[in-house]
Amino acid sequence: MTVTGPTSASEENRVSYLDHAATTPVLPEVLAAMTEQLGRVGNASSLHASGRAARRAAEQSRERLAEAVGARPSEVLFTGGGTESDNLAVKGLFWARRQADSRRRRIVVSPAEHHAVLDSVEWLAKHDGAEITWLPVESTGRVLPHALAEALGDGEDVALASVMWANNEIGTVSDIPALAAVAREVGVPLHTDAVQAVGQVPVDFEASGVDALTMTGHKLGGPMGAGVLLLRRDAECTPLLHGGGQERDVRSGTLDVAAIVGLAVATVAAVGSREERAARLAGLRDRLVEGVVEQVPDAQLNGAPLGDRVDGGPGRLPGNAHLSFPGAEGDALLMLLDARGIECSTGSACSAGVARPSHVLLATGADADRARSSLRFSLGHTSTGADVDAVLDVIAPVVERARRAGLGRR
Amino acid sequence: MRVLAAMSGGVDSAVAAALAVDAGHDVTGVHLALSQNRQTLRSGSRGCCSVEDSHDARRVADELGIPFYVWDLADRFTEDVVDDFVAEYAAGRTPNPCLRCNEKIKFTAVLDRALGLGFDAVVTGHHARLDGTELRRSVDAAKDQSYVLGVLTPEQLAAAMFPLGGMTKDRVREIAAERGFGVAAKPDSHDICFIPDGDTRGFLSRRLGSQPGPVVDAATGRQVGEHDGTYGFTVGQRRGLGIAAGDQRPRYVLGIEPVTRTVTVGTADLAGVPAVRTGAPTWTGRAPQLPFAAQVQVRAHGAPVACRVRPDDGGGLLVEFADQQRGVAPGQSAVFYEPDPDRGDRVLGQAAVTAAVEREAGVRR
Ligand SMILES: Cc1ncc(COP(=O)(O)O)c(C=O)c1O
Repeated sequence: MTVTGPTSASEENRVSYLDHAATTPVLPEVLAAMTEQLGRVGNASSLHASGRAARRAAEQSRERLAEAVGARPSEVLFTGGGTESDNLAVKGLFWARRQADSRRRRIVVSPAEHHAVLDSVEWLAKHDGAEITWLPVESTGRVLPHALAEALGDGEDVALASVMWANNEIGTVSDIPALAAVAREVGVPLHTDAVQAVGQVPVDFEASGVDALTMTGHKLGGPMGAGVLLLRRDAECTPLLHGGGQERDVRSGTLDVAAIVGLAVATVAAVGSREERAARLAGLRDRLVEGVVEQVPDAQLNGAPLGDRVDGGPGRLPGNAHLSFPGAEGDALLMLLDARGIECSTGSACSAGVARPSHVLLATGADADRARSSLRFSLGHTSTGADVDAVLDVIAPVVERARRAGLGRR
Repeated sequence: MRVLAAMSGGVDSAVAAALAVDAGHDVTGVHLALSQNRQTLRSGSRGCCSVEDSHDARRVADELGIPFYVWDLADRFTEDVVDDFVAEYAAGRTPNPCLRCNEKIKFTAVLDRALGLGFDAVVTGHHARLDGTELRRSVDAAKDQSYVLGVLTPEQLAAAMFPLGGMTKDRVREIAAERGFGVAAKPDSHDICFIPDGDTRGFLSRRLGSQPGPVVDAATGRQVGEHDGTYGFTVGQRRGLGIAAGDQRPRYVLGIEPVTRTVTVGTADLAGVPAVRTGAPTWTGRAPQLPFAAQVQVRAHGAPVACRVRPDDGGGLLVEFADQQRGVAPGQSAVFYEPDPDRGDRVLGQAAVTAAVEREAGVRR
């Protein structure tokens, strides 16, 4: 995306936004639909005409969204975002499954999950008697079906398994339908965090066989603070939020109708244009990675190879370029690029702004230096060839400068 | 110029960054995360670089519209400042960790990285004047921090900016309030940032353990008490000696001998020293011709006294005070000033005290 706006350090005003995995620009049609809905009064739980109109808007959105991702409308639970959906799935499934059978205390999970899953699992282990079984991941970050089968065993003591559909840092896609089949075999529910996958790779809830699936609005052109947990009708899930009994009694709270409308419009648009956009972004991304490696020959691509395939679709998110620059600090690179109008990310979650080596890269077996020297460029619906050119124009001197700067280490 | 503003989350560095922006510089803010286990919230005026402090700094940076980053220098700070602090006390000396932090962290680790990244200067909220590359006291004598900057070299000063030296602390708070900074009324930080409860003795005893030894009266040579570790004492200290000397006259710590773990105390008439020896000096500008007359300050908040500075063996200095000085502890920096009532006393340089000198020459204690 080329937008004008204030940039601190550079004389020019052009900003290349290459951080779509963090959040995407809102689609114009989403903005229009939400603005229209925000102008209307009505609580979707009210019985009068205004309430009915709000409910109609929410339910229509539920149906459209469900259709776009291969779910039934009754399987769509609206939440306050991806983090809430992950918490609800992990904790809710754990509590309900253990309630039904007290032997089920084990959670089988990949170490490369988003913190919304990881920290929920770790919280349950610390406070609620859960036992964690970490799944081995390949050097690409992928979880393989046989590894899941081995970890599940006969499944009798397992509360749930959780494996993300696509990784938010390095973009690796796992074969979720194959993993779901393995879990189903031993009667264990599988949750998948598909926040980064929907609209990027083919996602069909019903066909995938998973029991619960997390989505969020702001990674596909929709609003922030709006998410979905797709939950199979037969999956028992203990609520986190109690109250008015909305959303199948699993998630109470007055529906945010405008956000729901926006989320549905965004999902339908993102899924509808997926194939065309994925091809375009993969082309740009390949040019970006190849161009960077040409200029910085020792740069290393993290995650799956560019042309990788899984389950008939891309094995790597089409907009994801995650690279390590040995000898340079990720946060120095980030700062130098920011000063030149290029917005990207080190990809790893940071604790209060202090960069920590990415747990995802460490899980793939990378050493701490490789993890610390990484950058994530993530392309999305507004990305253009000019954004790629902007990176290629500056990457060599930026890497050289960052290497010379070295962060307070001897 | 491209300048890097070190932003602690306090009012001084916030205003310093704002003034750098006003001056037309291209400013980037950084908060230095120095603590190994950062607290979420700060507690009163103690401690530093909690997550809350970094948010305060970020809030100001966002208002100024400047980029903001957190640099994790906790490992280096631990090594160069905290471990050094403990080792100095263990060796019977009294270090100044703020001076060490300026020397090793702010104006070495941070400055080197900033220059490497293409910045031209580092701006901080220190209360000191920088006249070209001449370092001088702040106009606010009570808040002056030139002492803890006395260790900087000409090269470091050439890449430093201290925009607050020409104004009082009250004025700094006023500017912050005028700009609507939430930190305008934030309390000043006190004490040593890595000892948030202010209990230095407790901190050292956790690190060094109990190392009991005798407290000896200098006049009689007799043991008058026991202690748990020489690190609990500083030369010149009067309170908390835990001794029974027999008479009513106060005793002062005269010397600390870490090997025999002996703390020597004596009455006021013995506590003053006419001169000290130092290690090799550092100068803020061209090295002055020795000997020279100047003022010297031996503590961050001590009063300056007239002195004569002569060369000593081994590259060190002999600093002769015009009046005897009490409480000059080895390890402290003697910072030399050239008095200048108009432009502010100029900092010439500093040297670490190694030993006190007896009245009739000859090193004692
Ligand atoms: C994989 C993944 N899961 C969960 C989340 C959290 O979603 P949200 O920001 O909507 O809470 C994100 C995004 O930050 C993500 O990338």
